[in-house]
Amino acid sequence: MLRYTIRRFFFAIPLLIVISLILFTITELAPGDPAGALQLTIPDEVRQAYRASLGLDGPFIERWLRWVRAIFWYEPQNAIEQIGNFCIGDCIQDSDRIISFSSRSPAVDTIYDRLPKTLWVMTPSLILGILIAVPIGIYSAYRQYSAFDNVGSFVSLIGWSMPVYWSGLLLIFLFSVKLGWFPSRYDATHEVSWTSLSSLGTQIRNIALPVTVLTFFNAAAFSRFTRASVLDNLSLDYVRTARSKGLSEFLVVNRHVLRNSMLPVVTLIALSAAGIFSGAILTETVFAINGTGSLLVQALFQADFPMLLTLTFFFAVMRVLFNIIADILYGMLDPRIRYD
Amino acid sequence: MTDIADSSTSVDTAAVAADELGEHRSLRTDVWRQFRKHKGAIFGLVVLTLIVLAVFVGSFIRPYDATQLEPEVRNQGASWAHPAGTDNLGRDVLAQALQGGRISLSVGFAAMIVGNLIGVFIGLFAGFVRRLDGPLMRLTDVFLALPILPLLLISVLFFREPVTDVFGENLGIFVLVVLIIGATSWMGTARVVRSDVLGLREEEFVIAAHSVGTRTGGILSRHILPNVMSSIIVASALGVASAILTESAISFLGLGFPQDLPTWGKLLSDGNDFMQINIWRTIVPGAFISLTVLSVNFIGDGLRDALDPRLRGKA
Repeated sequence: MLRYTIRRFFFAIPLLIVISLILFTITELAPGDPAGALQLTIPDEVRQAYRASLGLDGPFIERWLRWVRAIFWYEPQNAIEQIGNFCIGDCIQDSDRIISFSSRSPAVDTIYDRLPKTLWVMTPSLILGILIAVPIGIYSAYRQYSAFDNVGSFVSLIGWSMPVYWSGLLLIFLFSVKLGWFPSRYDATHEVSWTSLSSLGTQIRNIALPVTVLTFFNAAAFSRFTRASVLDNLSLDYVRTARSKGLSEFLVVNRHVLRNSMLPVVTLIALSAAGIFSGAILTETVFAINGTGSLLVQALFQADFPMLLTLTFFFAVMRVLFNIIADILYGMLDPRIRYD
Repeated sequence: MTDIADSSTSVDTAAVAADELGEHRSLRTDVWRQFRKHKGAIFGLVVLTLIVLAVFVGSFIRPYDATQLEPEVRNQGASWAHPAGTDNLGRDVLAQALQGGRISLSVGFAAMIVGNLIGVFIGLFAGFVRRLDGPLMRLTDVFLALPILPLLLISVLFFREPVTDVFGENLGIFVLVVLIIGATSWMGTARVVRSDVLGLREEEFVIAAHSVGTRTGGILSRHILPNVMSSIIVASALGVASAILTESAISFLGLGFPQDLPTWGKLLSDGNDFMQINIWRTIVPGAFISLTVLSVNFIGDGLRDALDPRLRGKA
């Protein structure tokens, strides 16, 4: 298993390099030039110097290699230096790092600043979604075609079909505009302090609506999946064996069936966890949360290529990472699957 | 409804008679019989038909042009003349939603077709040609690892000009959105088709076809493709649903169709700022999106059950 894990991480590196090339090519093909906005009276050599200062000089391959060096080498080194508060050789200077066109500061620092806002909304909704969906999915499958199952399946299909930006707007109308219980916009200036109850309370009111919307969406997806997976298992021979041994129904379902049917569900959850970062784009737009998703939208409209590249690459890294975690979990949970 | 009930009983008696005679019953009637038992699927079919009719026929019947400005009746709530009220320029919201639906639905179907064509093509070759399997599946893995929504947004924003230069403003954005959604949504289909083909390749009828000298193209089109068709049909239903959602998301963020050609997603985001004045501007387009996606998903569920030979004939 350890060998497999190491091998997977090792193979992830070429995959990420290919992804970085694809992302780089897309932004490269896109028209638009930050130096194009300069006044026409500015002489050509100044224009060239300006382009060079933005890292836009040199042929395509050279610029891509520079970017790869920055993202795979300089940025991790800088992160280690920041955490450990020491320098490896010559310290990483800001000029070595990926600099955003619009803020003129390192893109990774901005992402790091924005990340907590996204996590504050996405993590609770993922956990709540699992807690709600798994019992519902199991019970729906166990009582297939019962009233509970029919209602549950219908509601989960609705949740699955409703775009979060619509349900979000409806909740804002109901709970912010009409009832005034929750703020309609996320208070981005609020500093969360874990020791102060009132601060935590404000934060909970802040995240209540987006978390509700996303929990509903996640729970809908997870419960559909859990139900299908439990249904697949309920008709298998080992369930009959367990019953014929005289085990109680509770034990049959919650020990034998549950363990086996959770395998694909765990994979789905791990993959959804990767979607946390990029999936927040719409929710963050609706509720004006200044997390990574709205950072992407902002960078899009500013044509801030370094920020866009770094951000999408960060999303891709998360996907690859959680993919590996899902596969490893699968191998650990199911002894039939050993990758060695 | 009585008509349907009557015809179903007559079909049942006919089927019984046919069984006794050992007569042939086609796959299509079998699938339809199973599909009909899925209440949600029938609900989906009815709702989707109604929406398609309303959007493609109804928008011509309604007395209001979606682009007609009537400033004297702007920002009105729901009334008999304007069931969903009017927007800040006095345009009828319902007429806009109906007209916008034409684009949303067309984009959904067109993008699904593009995505499924790519997916089926890649899946067939990966499953059938052993040498291509590795490279094509690695390609699929790379695409699955890409963050799709951010990439879609980047591509729509930055390739807008070159594509609209070639095809014109409205058609250009249509082509762009369809191609980009299609090009980023084929992976699921490719995987399903590949795994089906891998199983079928070793079946005796395929080996038999080989042994009598059928060409690869013939085997693929006559023996393999019909057998993966049910997976493709189910993938298509899910593909339409997700393509409609994706297009709405792009439009909602303001990157889709231009202002004078609003789709459901764009209408939603436009209505956002006028929520307190006319909430119908939020409710109506969103309800259209959700109902369409819901009914397509229901149809997909029903088709999956109906096309699964293990379930067919049961219950």
